[in-house]
Formats: sequence, structure tokens, C-alpha cells
Amino acid sequence: MRTVTPSDLAAALATDLDGAFPDLVRETSKGVFSGALRLVGNRHDAEEIAQEAFLRAYRALRSYPAGRIREMNPAAWVWTIAANLCRNHHRTRTRRPITTAVTIEPADRSRGPEAEAIDRTQEEWLTAELQRLSWPMRAAVVLHHVVGLPYEEVATALGRPVGTVKADAHRGLARLRSRIEEVRP
Amino acid sequence: MMSDRLTADLSELAVDAPRGLLPNVLVGTGIADGFVRRRSLLGDVLVAFGNKGVTALELAADPGGFVTTYENRYGRRAIAVDRMPPRIATHLDAAIAAGRPGRLPVDLERLTQFQAAVLRTTAKIPRGEVRPYGWVAKEIGKPAAVRAVGTALATNPVPLIIPCHRVVRSDGTFGDYSLGDPENKRILLAAEGLDVASFSSLAGRGIRFTGSDTTGIFCHPTCHRARRIGATHRVDFASEQEARRAGYRPCLVCRPVAD
Repeated sequence: MRTVTPSDLAAALATDLDGAFPDLVRETSKGVFSGALRLVGNRHDAEEIAQEAFLRAYRALRSYPAGRIREMNPAAWVWTIAANLCRNHHRTRTRRPITTAVTIEPADRSRGPEAEAIDRTQEEWLTAELQRLSWPMRAAVVLHHVVGLPYEEVATALGRPVGTVKADAHRGLARLRSRIEEVRP
Repeated sequence: MMSDRLTADLSELAVDAPRGLLPNVLVGTGIADGFVRRRSLLGDVLVAFGNKGVTALELAADPGGFVTTYENRYGRRAIAVDRMPPRIATHLDAAIAAGRPGRLPVDLERLTQFQAAVLRTTAKIPRGEVRPYGWVAKEIGKPAAVRAVGTALATNPVPLIIPCHRVVRSDGTFGDYSLGDPENKRILLAAEGLDVASFSSLAGRGIRFTGSDTTGIFCHPTCHRARRIGATHRVDFASEQEARRAGYRPCLVCRPVAD
């Protein structure tokens, strides 16, 4: 999935931030956008959050000494910013609940209308179910299973111990599974 | 096998980022400048901007050429984006339509001081009026630099927004234009309500200023005050000296004579 190793990318960012930053965005934008989309549930907010996360990442990198940048795992570090933005978004939404349905992007039309209808329901259902999980569980499940970050990176991004993050992910999956059994016996 | 199915379904929730995300981030960070497509009287135009404001405007006929020219001129990459900073988004279309920057931020810092001064003075010429190149030269305190003013306007990076089409030759011909065909200058002026034919004929007859015998004030012929002078009170002059000898003083609005 990653075409550049984290340390190569970190070294490039340390020596030529403006030259290497587009690579960081290219490498991580799919993950950051997908993660934000499934954490907040709609495309518009996810795009805003992804863009803001990269802008903040750039400003932070500009202020860091080269030595510090060289030692980081840039993709995981971007997620510390993005996860915070998603959680803050989640908090404001919890205080001011929005009742509109979860927005779903158009499914792949190349597979025919029936497959599309099934996928659509599946995606819609799962995204909605994710919104019902508590923040720690949802964050752990999305970052590990949707974004594909290793547990160590999920732990760094969320600022929690690895063991806690793993437990949250397992409990989150268990919740989803029991919901699946409720809905589709 | 439920867990395999569920984790597989979850991994399929990953989707591609919107195409605009990377360009918007690069422009937002200032790594690149952005450009958007807008409508104008002369057809679609591309408008570029950096973090200090609008930097370039060009006809949209050749986006590839636009990017190359931009990089050669400013040493910066311009990339197409689908969003603008609010202060540009709010004022851009109005500035293009009105032919003046208004509250739109325009970045003149990348230009020479001379060119920036020429453009700032040009930006003050009201819609539907014209001034000669020599007037701009006098206004910026360089009365001998008429040719250099012509060059500065011919390379105006933000035509339409800074209305270089309102600067014409003193003989009434329109001169070069920085945005496509020279005829565009005439099209723009006519659309702004300038009576192009009578202006040209007046200038062609050697008339440079128009005065009113009731006020004793002389103006550029296209000054909105001069246009209100009735035919019976209208006095034409070929030069400042002629107007002064007749006892007229220059208009304070269109400033036919620099201080």
C-alpha cells in the first residue's frame, strides 16, 4: 500500500519540506479521508477535516527542527492530528445532534445495479453502525480495520496504550458482530 | 467466518480521497499557487492567486500555456483548484465584472515598483472613462516614462481586474492590449458605455481636453463631469496651455494635469 517507507519520507520532509510534502499527502490522503469519512459519517465534513489535518501538519512541520522530523513516522503522525479533529467534530455533534441521515458516496456503477444496491446497503448500514459505537471503539476499529494502521500507530494517533486500543478494537468488532446477528439472523 | 467477513467489509470502506484534496492542500499551505476558471465579457478566463491575493488573469484558451508562463514569470507552480480563500471568493467575480479590484486582494509585490505604481494608478480610472499613457506617467511622478508605462501595462498580469484597457494613446487610437486581440480593448470600453466612435473622432481632431464655460474647469473628454457639459457650454482644447490661457483650471476629479 505504501510506496515510500516512513523513514525515507521523513528524511525527505526534513531536507526539503515543500518538495516532499506533496508526497506525504499523496501517500496518506486516501487513508486520512477514508478514516475521517467513517469516523464522522459524511463526505463534506470528512473532506474538510482531511484538508485541515494536512494544513495543520504542514504548519507544524515547518516549525519542527530537521532532527525531530527525521525521527517521526509521518503517516502515523498525521493521524494524531486527524484523529483529534475527528474527535472534536464528534464532540460538537454529540452536543448538538444532527438528525439527518448519514451521507453515502455513490457506489461503483461498473458492477451493475443489483450489486450496487447490495453494496450500497452494506456500506450504508456499516457506516451507520460505526456511528453508534463509542468514540474509543469507533476510532480503534476505523483506524485499524478501515485505514489499515498497525495497532502501534493507532495507539500513537489516539494517544492511548497499545493494549487499550486493541481491546477497544476487539470490543468494537464484537458489537458490530452482535448487531449483524440481530439484523440478519 | 463472521469475523473475516466483517473485517473484509470494513477494509472495503476505504475510498479514494476527493480529487480536489491534494491541490487544495498544496495551495492552502502556500507550496503552490492556485487557479480557477471564471467567466468574463471576453470569454472564460483563468485567475491565479497566492496567499497575498490574485497574481494573474489570462484567457482560458490554453491552460497548459498558462501554467508554463506562470512558472516562468513567478517561479511558482500554479495548479487548478476548486476552492478559493474566502476573501478572494467573495470579491473575484465582482472585480472582473466591474473592472476594478475593489476589495479583492491583488498581489503586486512580485512586480517591479514601477509596474506596481503604474497598475495602482490605472486601477483608479473609473469605468467607461479613458486616460492617455502620458497621464499615468505624470501621475506616478515619471512624466518622461510614457513608453515604459506602455510596457508595464502591456505586461499587466491582472487585466480586467486592473483596467489597463482604460489607458489609450493620446491620439485617440487604442494601442496594445495585454489580453488577447487589441480589438478586445474596444469591446470592453464599448461595453462600459464609452462612445468609442465619438471619442476617437474627438481625439483624432487633436482635442485633448473639454471644458465648461459655466464652471471654467477643463477635464479629460471622457471624465463623467465633462460628459455632463451641455453642447452650448462645451469648449474643446488641444492642450493644457490653451485651456490655461483661456482662464480654465484643471478638474480635481479626473486630474487632467498632474500636480
